[in-house]
Amino acid sequence: MPYRFRIITSVASPVFERNRGRQFSIPEAGALSDFAVEMRDVSKVFGDVVAVDHVSMGIRQKEFFALLGPSGCGKTTSLRMIAGFERPTSGEIYIDGKAMGSTPPFHRNVNTVFQSYALFPHMTVEQNVGFGLEMKGVSRSEIVRRVGEALELVRLPQLAKRYPRQMSGGQQQRVALARALVNRPKVLLLDEPLGALDAKLRKEMQIELKTLQREVGITFVFVTHDQEEALTMSDRIAVFSKGKVLQIGTPLEIYERPTTRFVADFIGETNFLEGKVKEVNGEFARVVVNGDRSFVGRAMEGVRPGIDATVSVRPEKVQLIEQPDGSPNCYEVQVHSIAYVGSDTRVLVLLGSNQLGVWEQNTVSTLDPNYFFKPGEKAWLTFRPENALVLAQ
Amino acid sequence: MIQTFRERRSLRIAGLMGPGAFWLVVFFLIPLLIMAVISFLSRDQFGFPAPPFTLQNYQDIVKDIRFNPSISLEGGLTVRLFDGLYLELFWRSIWLSLVSTIITLLIAFPVALFMSRLSRRYRNLALFLVMIPFWTNFLVRTYALQFILRGNGPINTLLRALGLEPLDLLFTPTAVMIGLVYGNLPFMILPLYTSLEKFDWTMIEAANDLGANTLRAFQRVMLPLISPGLVAGSILTFVPAIGSYITVELMGGGRTNMIGYAIAQQFSASVNWPFGSAMSLLMMIIVTIAAVLYFRSGRGEQRAVL
Ligand SMILES: Nc1ncnc2c1ncn2[C@@H]1O[C@H](COP(=O)(O)OP(=O)(O)OP(=O)(O)O)[C@@H](O)[C@H]1O
Ligand SMILES: [Mg+2]
Repeated sequence: MPYRFRIITSVASPVFERNRGRQFSIPEAGALSDFAVEMRDVSKVFGDVVAVDHVSMGIRQKEFFALLGPSGCGKTTSLRMIAGFERPTSGEIYIDGKAMGSTPPFHRNVNTVFQSYALFPHMTVEQNVGFGLEMKGVSRSEIVRRVGEALELVRLPQLAKRYPRQMSGGQQQRVALARALVNRPKVLLLDEPLGALDAKLRKEMQIELKTLQREVGITFVFVTHDQEEALTMSDRIAVFSKGKVLQIGTPLEIYERPTTRFVADFIGETNFLEGKVKEVNGEFARVVVNGDRSFVGRAMEGVRPGIDATVSVRPEKVQLIEQPDGSPNCYEVQVHSIAYVGSDTRVLVLLGSNQLGVWEQNTVSTLDPNYFFKPGEKAWLTFRPENALVLAQ
Repeated sequence: MIQTFRERRSLRIAGLMGPGAFWLVVFFLIPLLIMAVISFLSRDQFGFPAPPFTLQNYQDIVKDIRFNPSISLEGGLTVRLFDGLYLELFWRSIWLSLVSTIITLLIAFPVALFMSRLSRRYRNLALFLVMIPFWTNFLVRTYALQFILRGNGPINTLLRALGLEPLDLLFTPTAVMIGLVYGNLPFMILPLYTSLEKFDWTMIEAANDLGANTLRAFQRVMLPLISPGLVAGSILTFVPAIGSYITVELMGGGRTNMIGYAIAQQFSASVNWPFGSAMSLLMMIIVTIAAVLYFRSGRGEQRAVL
């Protein structure tokens, strides 16, 4: 898997090297189940709001699993049900193969990193991190040792005696992480843990968190509404919308093979062309748009001749050329506007009543303004059928 | 330049503090000093303070305390090392006030908790309801309470109607306790409510998440975080209870003597101002020491919260 390989190399930071030798993994206690967490047909209703609607998903052992979706789609509610703060209205949650039923949070082998961190303000960093071990009745000397270890893991040993309010947001975030990890839970639940950090720190923490997860070998369930964050960090992603899980897959699958228009739209940028399916030929389908033009793309699930469908094609997979190239998806268009963004040039073109985005990578270094298309110019738009998806609506 | 700015700033602060400081000096510090001076005076033939200076008043209180170890089984096991009228008075006052503070706390906590969990609109209504008693004079309210507990009052009427034995409530220590709890309840509810309203309930979830059951989460997380309200409410209840006069007079009928009542009598019936002043001062010292110790106990946690 070349994609995964690339992630790993980009992640190898000095932190990773420094901590590599340290033993901080949960003992291999003979995993009972393939899934660290499994939700089977789980729903949660608050009054007349269906927050989570018949969700089923299996989160594998030691996986970095993201719950991704827009605000109010039920991510936090799902996480809270796994943690035990909320009981499902129906359905069942399994942790390590065991049905949780009404097991209270303090009897579940999971820990949470809260969005607001929820550090205890009246305790020092040390006391915060040691709290979970203390509750478990771990001996004093063992607590001291493991707290020290956990603080080193998040690179904060020098702040052990501080109170939370004496620390920056990023530092508090690490303490929250250490406080959860020190218990060596089966599963770590993180609710938008980077949400309160500024962009730069956020990027740093993304890498650190990912590194940490590999190191400790604990299953991470990570809530985010930032699609880029989900793509760069996760092994697999569950995309939520209005309480339902629309798709579960690797970042590659989610980006390249979204099964619904919502997922295609929510993850990254995409162009949609709406029409009717004219014919399905093996893997491919032809869609007639506005009665005259037709486009060919990969037929996704449920695509049959005669139904309404949407052709979805990512702007970086569309090219503008000066002469038609014989592709079935080649039409003459008018350039509407262009935006130079450094790495790419983003062109908006008009094709009849449709607007399409075309992102051309700036592979040539030039100062010549004539190198680029100009608004009002004619050009030919093209994309290959295997780079477009036909989604049933 | 900076210097003058600083000076002006400190001047302004002094200006802001002025009225408060004036008030404290005139109405608190000066009367206190006068009282302290009186406590070292003798009394004239009418009982009012007069020279010469003497330690007699304090000696009267202390001399009364005798070393007299005794064990009795009356009313549970009682072990006594000392004996003395005033010692007993002080001790009973502190004990009754302590018990009333604990009862008040036990009643106020669920009320304050409930209030803090209401929606904003109902919260304000609840606050209003708690403060309604202040609309009426305390003396009038205590008479009303007296009426309720009376032999032919509503409680006993109800008991008789149910065929039960009527209770002899009024003019008993129980009646004093009821009066103290009743009178001090709002002073406990309000600071507790203020602390609870600010309390972040994700703290409890975080504690549960880390393996603390409900009781442990309460002990280790909630209690320390609401301790400012707890300490403030307890002091606002305990201190007035020790000095209470109206309640002891009207609910206890003077039969359950407490220090505040005894002092009042020195100033009225017994006309012995110097002795009353000495008792007051002594009580103030005891209460202050108790309050300081109590504040200390919750200070580390408070510092982190504030
Ligand atoms: N305790 C509750 N009582 C009533 N409704 C609730 C409660 N908790 C959540 N909801 C509703 O359930 C839906 C899902 O909420 P949830 O917090 O799970 O969303 P989310 O995906 O985490 O959103 P966000 O990204 O904004 O955090 C929302 O419509 C929310 O208003
Ligand atoms: Mg949320």
